[in-house]
Amino acid sequence: MSDAEAVAVPSVWHGGTHPYAIGSKKLGMWLFIISDALTFSALLMAYTYVRLSTPNWPKPFIFVPSIIFSSVMTFFLLSSSLTMVMAVHSMNHGNRSATVKWILATMAFGLGFVGLHLTEWLKLIYNEHVTIFSNEWGVPLFGGTFFALTGLHMTHVVIGVIYLGIIAFAVGRGKFKYEDVEVSGLYWHFVDLVWMFIFPLVYLLSARV
Amino acid sequence: MSNHSDAAVEHVGGTTQAFLAVWVGLLALTGVEVFLAYEQLPTLIMLTALMGLSVIKAALIIAYFMHLKFEKFSLFITLFPMLVLCILLMMIFMPDSIRAMIMRVQ
Repeated sequence: MSDAEAVAVPSVWHGGTHPYAIGSKKLGMWLFIISDALTFSALLMAYTYVRLSTPNWPKPFIFVPSIIFSSVMTFFLLSSSLTMVMAVHSMNHGNRSATVKWILATMAFGLGFVGLHLTEWLKLIYNEHVTIFSNEWGVPLFGGTFFALTGLHMTHVVIGVIYLGIIAFAVGRGKFKYEDVEVSGLYWHFVDLVWMFIFPLVYLLSARV
Repeated sequence: MSNHSDAAVEHVGGTTQAFLAVWVGLLALTGVEVFLAYEQLPTLIMLTALMGLSVIKAALIIAYFMHLKFEKFSLFITLFPMLVLCILLMMIFMPDSIRAMIMRVQ
């Protein structure tokens, strides 16, 4: 290619353009998600390591009701992802009132998830006497890893509900654009995605029929 | 630059039917996982099966709900190979967990 042709067809990587064809907010959120995925991966690896290396790992999750209970929590998060994707879809079509309703539905599912999760926590703490440092089964790492993993995830869900509340409020008042809703959706789907690994590793692998 | 900005926020996405189909698929895969837990298979077989199903579920969420299927391929190439590589590198410790378990049993 001659120099003249090279100038006529500038590369998208030479600055002043969007090489990924997405806005900077969305790219920023993707980069955050990748870094957060590594954090959760490290925690899940640590959990799986101690789970596999401990033959007497406790199985406190009785199929009925604990696994059914956590399956309902999974249903809540999966459904919240569907309502969130519908919110983004509505915003894409410029329907702000529908967007707000879908986001509120997503928040309701998220709050339902947190409520169920806290119930599960309280049951473990008060009925099974599990703390971060000890439990009746003599495997203290169970409580440490369980509360660290699910606690970090629940923190993400709570932050997500607050984040979505702000987005819904602003969209309802005619502020924010499609990209802002889509970026909040990316965060919410990531929270759902992480649960798709926590649910089988923490709950299903410690199920008792 | 305004033209570039407009182009940057242009997007295509899936249809409502596609999103519903993915949601039903994710629920079905979750049902299979719960069934496997009910069957109480050996831990290592359970772990392998559950992780396989979870990776499929994660791929569906990333591709459709997070719209990555509809983004430029360069975004995928920038983000995911290194993520997968880092996760695989973390797995270098996993065989040691089996060794530790056997040592404890003995």
